[in-house]
Amino acid sequence: MSELTLTVMRLGFLAVLWLFVIVAVQVIRSDLFGTRVTQRATARRGAPEQRAQPQRRQQQSGRGNRQRRGAPTKLVVTEGSLTGTTVALQGQTITLGRAHDSTIVLDDDYASGRHARIYPDQDGQWIVEDLGSTNGTYLDRSRLTTAMPIPPGAPVRIGKTVIELRK
Amino acid sequence: MSSTANTTVASVGTPSRRNTELVMLGFAVLVTVLAYANTGLALDGTLPAGMVAYGLGLAGIAGAAHLVVRRWAPYADPLMLPLCTLLNGLGLVLIWRLDHEPRLQPANAAPSQLMWSALGVALFLGVLIFLRDHRVLQRYTYISMVVAFVLLLLPLFFGADTNGARIWVRIPGVGTLQPGEFAKIVIAVFFAGYLMVKRDALALASRRFLGMYLPRGRDLGPILVVWAVSLMILVLETDLGMSLLFFGMFVVMLYVATERTSWIVFGLLLSVGGAVFVASFNYHVGQRVHNWLNPLELGSNGGVTETAQAMYAFGSGGLLGSGLGEGYSRLIGGIATKSDYILATVGEELGLVGLMAVLLVYALLIQRGLRTALAARDPFGKLLAVGLSGVFALQVFVVAGGVTGLIPLTGMTMPFMAQGGSSVIANWALIAILLRISDTARRPAPVPASSTDAEQTQVVRA
Repeated sequence: MSELTLTVMRLGFLAVLWLFVIVAVQVIRSDLFGTRVTQRATARRGAPEQRAQPQRRQQQSGRGNRQRRGAPTKLVVTEGSLTGTTVALQGQTITLGRAHDSTIVLDDDYASGRHARIYPDQDGQWIVEDLGSTNGTYLDRSRLTTAMPIPPGAPVRIGKTVIELRK
Repeated sequence: MSSTANTTVASVGTPSRRNTELVMLGFAVLVTVLAYANTGLALDGTLPAGMVAYGLGLAGIAGAAHLVVRRWAPYADPLMLPLCTLLNGLGLVLIWRLDHEPRLQPANAAPSQLMWSALGVALFLGVLIFLRDHRVLQRYTYISMVVAFVLLLLPLFFGADTNGARIWVRIPGVGTLQPGEFAKIVIAVFFAGYLMVKRDALALASRRFLGMYLPRGRDLGPILVVWAVSLMILVLETDLGMSLLFFGMFVVMLYVATERTSWIVFGLLLSVGGAVFVASFNYHVGQRVHNWLNPLELGSNGGVTETAQAMYAFGSGGLLGSGLGEGYSRLIGGIATKSDYILATVGEELGLVGLMAVLLVYALLIQRGLRTALAARDPFGKLLAVGLSGVFALQVFVVAGGVTGLIPLTGMTMPFMAQGGSSVIANWALIAILLRISDTARRPAPVPASSTDAEQTQVVRA
């Protein structure tokens, strides 16, 4: 094998190796540029643990898609340790509680494991329902005894956490 | 959960990126086959005879892994599998290349390493298929603690003293096994489960002093116990690497769980203190430190030390390297050219440029692991992902640092690249767990239940 061929192969291999690294970095570029970072309202201290709430974008099955004009599009946490978290309302059921598979995992001593859920009914009206929690779920000032529709802007209180539906 | 996150990171775009993974896998196999051809041309002047078979074999293994990921973990990270395939394939080529040097032991290591890699991928597939949800592991928190201790202490009772360290267990008829490699996964499960429950106590009950949070005396208990155990491994098994890995992982996970810098300060102080203490009393460890401080001194056998030989290898490689198959790795004496010192061969034959590329591949793999931890929605998954990628990172650091002379050399293997069955199998399993967590983290929320009946069932289950 001639010296020249070997040199070309040697440098060629290094180039290919680096090309692989560069392509790999391109693949994860979406980590930097494809993400949406929402600054939360109250940042009490820097936190390495970021609770990522992936935007739930899924194909909407016929029922859930019947969103009316002026219907709320997002759920916002306005008080409590998760202040500023938003979850897009796309026809899915949102569960709230301390259980770690909840849509919004509450970091709240007054919340039950599976505290409440928020779901759209047949007409696209969003309903909040208490799931037999210990400390109760409050819509405005009144404790929920049955599933109730949420008027726009009305605060739903769970322990120290308050959430609202917004357009 | 004490943390107050101040940002929400949400990824936009299609969650499943399986096709990207497939393309990258093809690329990784191509790079490996190119390396193989390159080595063969340099060594024998012809393309190696087994090239087609090797390429097809590697592609087959990678393809099988890809199909299983597509079926059982469709939303998993697209980059981890190709990166591991590249590292494993490059490692196989380098071991095959070193097999050409008749002086180096063990002779003919590439075929057995290929078999171990296939076994590793099989375990990878097994974990992906049978571990449907990583949260199941949370149930075995304390069982994993016991299992990890047994694995760590096994070599003490059944081990053989090999090359000054007691880290192997001989299984009659099968060969030797390094239980520590498996222990690092099991122990990550224990730490994740334990810290998830205890982190509030560890984070909140503290006083502020000199700008640092000082934990209460009794909360220091766990870190002291782990420190004692890691020192015990160091003294009784003279395994500096495993001891560092074990303690380092605990400190990393403690820091991530509690967000308190003071734990890192305590951890560093404890590990430095312990290392200095042991190095001054234990002969084997002291010898390693001595070699590290005086690499150019003649060794005890009158020859050049391995540390010096590794440095000569890097120096001879220079910026662009001598080319695959054209280095003088056979001059690195000792017993670990194909395992612990494989990075020296990379440095000599691919040069600084190639070594940096390989280290970047490791860095990318670790970055994907930490990214998985960020995206995970449950605290246990977060901690487990941090622990697993942390232990992987520490291992890469300990080996690369040892070979390049940054820290005293420890007997650890470079994950995926170095020759050694236990290591490659355990690391494939580790990556499988990370892929499982990342699949759960990136999976979109389930489609809303379509009938009231289904919703009722959910409520009852809840």
